[in-house]
Order: sequence, then structure tokens, then C-alpha cells
Amino acid sequence: MALNSNPLTSQPAPALAEALADDKRGAAAAQKSAPAPRRPFGRWFRETGWRHIIGIVMLLFCAFPLAYVLSASLNPGGTLLTANSLFSTFDLGAYVRLFENPSQPYGAWFVNTLVIGLATAFGTVLLGALAAYAFSRMRFTGRRFGLLTLLLVQMFPQLLAFVAIFLLMSAIADIFPALGLNSQLGLIMVYLGGALGVNTYLMYGFFNTVPASIDEAAKIDGAGHARIFFTIILRLVAPILAVVGLLSFLATTNDFVIASVVLSDPDKQTLAVGLYQFVSQETARNWSVFAAGAVLAAVIPVALFLALQRFIVGGLTAGSVK
Amino acid sequence: MTIPTLDTDRASDRRADPATEKRRRRAAAFADAASAGWKVWLFKIVALGIVDAMAIYAILVLAVQEQWVIAVAIAVGVVILNAIYLIPGLLPAKYLAPGLVFLFIFQIFVVLYTVYIAFTNYGSGHNSTKEDAITSLLQQSQTRVEDSATYPVQIATRDGEFFLVVEDPDTGDLSVGGTEQPLESISSPEAAGYEVLDFSQILANQAEIGALAVPLDDDLNDGYLRTTDGSNAYLFQSSLEWDPVADTMTDTETGTVYRDIGTGAFTADDGTEILPGWQVWVGGENFVRAVTEESIRGPFIAVLIWTFVFAFLSVATTFVLGLFLAVVFNDPKMKSRKYYRVILILPYAFPAFLSALIWAGMFNQDFGFINQVLLGGASIPWLLDPILAKVAILIVNLWLGFPYMFLVCTGALQSIPDDIQEAGRVDGAGVWQVFRHIKFPLLLVSVAPLLISSFAFNFNNFNIVYMLTNGGPRFADASINVGATDILISMVYKVAFVGANRDYGLASAFSIIIFILVAVISYVSFRQTKVLEELN
Repeated sequence: MALNSNPLTSQPAPALAEALADDKRGAAAAQKSAPAPRRPFGRWFRETGWRHIIGIVMLLFCAFPLAYVLSASLNPGGTLLTANSLFSTFDLGAYVRLFENPSQPYGAWFVNTLVIGLATAFGTVLLGALAAYAFSRMRFTGRRFGLLTLLLVQMFPQLLAFVAIFLLMSAIADIFPALGLNSQLGLIMVYLGGALGVNTYLMYGFFNTVPASIDEAAKIDGAGHARIFFTIILRLVAPILAVVGLLSFLATTNDFVIASVVLSDPDKQTLAVGLYQFVSQETARNWSVFAAGAVLAAVIPVALFLALQRFIVGGLTAGSVK
Repeated sequence: MTIPTLDTDRASDRRADPATEKRRRRAAAFADAASAGWKVWLFKIVALGIVDAMAIYAILVLAVQEQWVIAVAIAVGVVILNAIYLIPGLLPAKYLAPGLVFLFIFQIFVVLYTVYIAFTNYGSGHNSTKEDAITSLLQQSQTRVEDSATYPVQIATRDGEFFLVVEDPDTGDLSVGGTEQPLESISSPEAAGYEVLDFSQILANQAEIGALAVPLDDDLNDGYLRTTDGSNAYLFQSSLEWDPVADTMTDTETGTVYRDIGTGAFTADDGTEILPGWQVWVGGENFVRAVTEESIRGPFIAVLIWTFVFAFLSVATTFVLGLFLAVVFNDPKMKSRKYYRVILILPYAFPAFLSALIWAGMFNQDFGFINQVLLGGASIPWLLDPILAKVAILIVNLWLGFPYMFLVCTGALQSIPDDIQEAGRVDGAGVWQVFRHIKFPLLLVSVAPLLISSFAFNFNNFNIVYMLTNGGPRFADASINVGATDILISMVYKVAFVGANRDYGLASAFSIIIFILVAVISYVSFRQTKVLEELN
């Protein structure tokens, strides 16, 4: 939740995007100067070579824990100790066992995480976009006040209110059991409480970059506000929608506190809650099964992140209002 | 906080006279209404219908429970919601309402509720009303009445709950009752809608049936019927006697009188409380306890200091490493920088809770990779020694956090124009001097707000602490479950949800303290960065 519920943590980072933009330019410049004569090794090392050494050290530091967990997941021994012999064996048994223990329903956790994450992301995008459209395109009393209030409210992260969330959900459970404690729908609703705020801000800035003349042209052609919003505006702002959706998805999959407070039934829990309990209960015996679970759990977020990194950065910048 | 400037209200600047304006609005409303197809209307009516139905159901349930305040709040909310979508015009509200509903309930309300809980004694032993506490006390302290009659019983069920069907030993009349329902006479269980259990069903539900205590009549002091075998019940009476007039509980064996003295539990004259108690307003007591009670204050101060140290060092270490790498890789002549960067941001892309759990395995004292392989079989208690555990947390956080700083610093460095550096060079400054006096201050201006954000994030960086060390090693002298590496947020979580003793009131008080600290620090430091910007 941290990512999208606290404005302080997800300040749009204009610097980030500039980095990437400038990097392209830098690369282009480097290509142009490529035909320059080859430097002697000593000079090359003093100017550039040592950078590769640091790079390689950092590569080891960064990639090592990930390589370690991949290796551990392929090791049939299954304990912490056997996991120390890196990549000595190749055995997919842990991945099979992962789905076999009914008291640790990994498959259910995985599906739950995906469903809760996607539903929250979808809801966040929809609610945020509706609000951002209103703030960007309409002029009404309390508009400025509303925007500022959104920022202030987000100063108190939902994370800190988990006791109240727990008590509220247990009260709701007395009236609507389907929405209260131990309900995934209820958890999604809690996450949607943080849907406005920073997300609205990001989208608001992006909406402002879409020329209002497009709306006006559509209005003259007879389109109502709903049609303009759903069929025209939403398509034009797709990049920021993707970014907000992705950030919300990542934040949801990473959330432990609220998910653990709301969901108590093992079949209903998410990966963060389930895997934590799995490790804390059976650390030494089933390390390779946990490692297999970790590898599978990380595939989707890491792939999304790497595939969309330029997109994320670009979207954040476009959304930052200066 | 940086508050973006909003563009000025252009529409209102060129607003014509009120009459024209009104007509224009009505025209727009008509145009909108006309353009909305029947599908939109159908959707609107169905959606509103569902919301209304749920609201009416909730209000009815709340009315039965006599929770009038919430019932009225829901009624008002749903009327407003209907008005927004049924009355033409009010366009901005139509777009804002869906998000605001969730914001009000799950953000604003829970924050206010947190404040309220912080001023109560809510927690284990104090989580219900006084009536519930009395019932539960009387049920807990039951002992069998020595020479009471034997009541032949059957076990019946209705709607998933269990009931006793009791035959009066003298008259043979049947009656039925459940935990919250005193005995009432019936002609036969089937006629009253109950289903009688057979022997195998009784065996399958032994625990619930054993816990079943049926009040003889409305006066709970008269006792309860309980069964151990599912065929005979005996009269049990509480060793506590409840006097509703004097508002006291009397222990019939020792004769001790427990009174309601306003602390949320029946208390004897010597200060002994009998639990469960109930929820009461305790004013600032939780806050006072946090700072005065020795066994809480000690750990609290230790945690507070460590939270600041942790947040500061997290930012400092990740920033230094990130900046260093940004400088190192900021050489256009260096090839394959792209590939380095993809690997360098991997820790940032990997889910943080998993990283922390993996590192916890690698730091394991006896079997972990770091001791066994890297340090050749050493037995360093990485996660069990207070100081080493803190070092371990900082190392893992460095691993998790430097990629973000690396990206940010790379961006900031590349946005500094080259000609400034060249001017510096021409004036005779060396590489280090150019960096120290020109690049770094310029970089700081754009990065400082992000550093503050990062500080605030790490201040509440729950996952790394909880997943890596679980806050341990635990303080031996603390009355609450806290350890050397706990930061405030993980301490709050443990006070509220870990272990048998849950203190929601104290946890909420800590939440509020954290919020105030973060808000004040952020506010002050953002003002400082404004000063920094003005200098340049």
C-alpha cells in the first residue's frame, strides 16, 4: 500500500524520466563519436575501465540473492544448508510440492494475489480517472479546496490505521458478512479507500495535457460528457492509466499489514501473508519449497516492472504538475 | 509538502451575467440527458438500486441493534448519493462521488476512528459492551450445582447454531433454548423448525455442544443447563452473582464484591479486576502510559530512537551508493551501460517482502549462506545480536533501496547542463572540485524532496523489519512484545495483533504519535528545501 497511499513516497520523479531521456541522447552522442581512435589500454582503464569493475561488483551484489533463491528452488535437499551449494542440482520437485500441501494453498494465494491486485488496480484507475476528469475539465466551487484536501488526507497513510480498519471490518462483518472481515471483496474496498489522492494528482496533470479543444469538438458533434470521457479521453490518457494501474498492482502485491489484518482464512490470503507464515513456521525444513514459491511470486511483478520501466518513468513525469 | 499550483479558474473569469449562465447550464444538462443512451440509464438505475437495497438492509440491521448514529449516517449518505445521480446537473459530483465514497469510509473515517480508539481501553479483555461482559463473566465462572436434577436433552440445530431440547424431569414438558436464548416451551422440536441431531452428528460437533450453556430463564443468576454427553444436562450456576441494582458482581465463594469503578472492568476494593471487561473511554491514558509506564516507556524510547536512526541511515546509505554509481556510470564513453542498469534495478523490481525473507535465510546463524559459505563456517549471530541485527537490516535495506536513488541521481546529474561544468573547468577546478561545488549542490536541489519522501517511507518501512528480524531480538524487560530492531510501525502491529494480549487502544495511540512525527518532520524539512531552492 505504501506506494500509492503516501504522497511522500511516490512523489513524481521528473528527474527519473529526464535520466532516461538524456540517456538516449547520451547514447546517440556516444555513437556519433564512435569512430574516434581506440584509446590505449592504460588510458581506457583510467577513464572507463574501472567503471566496469565497479559495475561487475554491483552486479554480483544485486543479482546474487536472486540467483541464490533460484538455485535453492531447484535443490531437492530442501533445507537452508543444502541451498548453500549453488546450482549443484536441477530438480523441479519443489515446484511440484508447492502445490500439493493443502494447509499451505500456494495456488490459492497466487490466484488471490492476482485477483485482488488486478481488481484493486482496475478500481483505482477507474475511480482516479473519474475524479481527475472532474478536476481537470470542470470548474466548480470547492475544486481547489478538494485538490488540496486530497493531498492532506493522504498524509495519514492507511497503513497506520490498520487497527481501525480491523475493527471497522469486523463491524461490517456483522451486517454484510460478504464485505467484512475475511472477505477479499472487503479488502479490495479498503485498498480503494486510497484510490484518490496521489493517483488523482498524477492523472490530473496528464489530463491537463490533453487539449480541451478535443472535448469541445466532440461536444459540438453531440457527444455527452459520459461518451467524451469513456470513448475519447480515456484512450488519450492510456499511458498514465497503465502507470497508475501498475503502481497500484505492485503496491497491493507487496502489502502485508492490511492483508494480514483483514484476511484470516488460509484459502483467502495473499502471497505476502501466506509465504510469510510459511517461512516463519517451517523455515529450515522446506526452504526449497519457499524458494520455489518466491521465484514464481516474483515473476509477474519483475516482468511487468522491467517491461514497463520506461513507460512508468515517462508517465510519472508527464503527470507531475509544475 | 510541495503543493502544485493549480491553474486559475479561467471559466469563472469570463462568466457572463447570471441569467445567461443559468440558461447555458440548463441547456448543457438537457444536452447531456439527451445524449445518454438507454443503456447508461439502465446501468445507473440498477447500480443505484443495488446501493439503495444494501443501505436499507444495513439500516434495518443497525436499527435492530439500536446503533442509531451509524444508521442515520448511512441514510444521509445514500440520500445524497441518489440526489447526485438523479438530479440533472451536479456533473462534477457525479464524477467525484464513487472515489469519495471509498475515501470517506476507508481513509477519513478510519483515521478518525483511530483517534477515537486511542482514547479507549479497546483490546483483549475489553472488546465489547458491558452487557456482553456480564453475560460472559457469568458463563465463564459456572460450576455444577451439586444435587441438581438431571434433565434429559436432545441436541437440535437451526441455521447452523446448536440448541438444547430439554424435557422437564417432573412434568415431561419440552422446551428449547440456546446460548443467547433462554428456555421457552415448545410442543415438538420439528414443529418449531429445529432439526434434531443423531448420535454421529453429536460426535462430530462435540466441542460446540460442550460449550453450549442455555440460561434457565431471563435472570442469568438462576443458572444454565449444560451437557457433556449430549443426552443429559445438569444445572450449572455461576460462582459470581450479578446485582443489577447495585451494579456489582459478588463472588459467592469468597464473598468479594467487585464494583464498576469506571475503568471498564469489575474491580475489587484491593484493585483486582475480573476479565473480560468492556470498552470505556479512558481519555489520554494510553498516551500517558506510553510515556510514563516504565515497562512501556523504556522500549518505546529505544524503538523511537532506532526508528529515526534506521530511517536516516537508510536514506543516507542508499543515497550515497546510488549517487556514487550514478557518477560512475554517467560516462558517455562507457558502453553497455544499459545492461548494467537493468541488473541494477532488479532489487527494486523484486517484491520487497520476498527479498527480506530470502535475506533472512541467507543471514541464518547456523545454516545461512553468509556464515557458511562467504565466511567459511563462522557462527555469527546476524539476526540474534541486537547490533548485528541492526547492521543486517541496514545492509538489506541498502540492497533494496539504492536502485531508486541510482535512477533518481542519474536523472538529476544528466539534467545539469554541461556548460556549467566546463566553465568550472576553465576556471581551473579539478574533477572533484567541480563535483563538490557545482554538481552536488545543483543535484541536491532536485533530489532533496525525494530524500524527504524516502525518509518518510522508511520511517514506516514495515516489511523489511517484520520479515527480516521480526523486530527481534526481543527486549527482556518489556511488558509489550518489542525487540531491538522494531521500528514504530512494527511495534504498533505487534501490540495490536501479535500474541495473546492485544491492546488496540495503546496501538492506536502509537499510530497517532507516528503520524504526528512524520507530518512534523516532513513539513519542517520541506520548508528547509524551499530555502535551499531559493539559494540557487
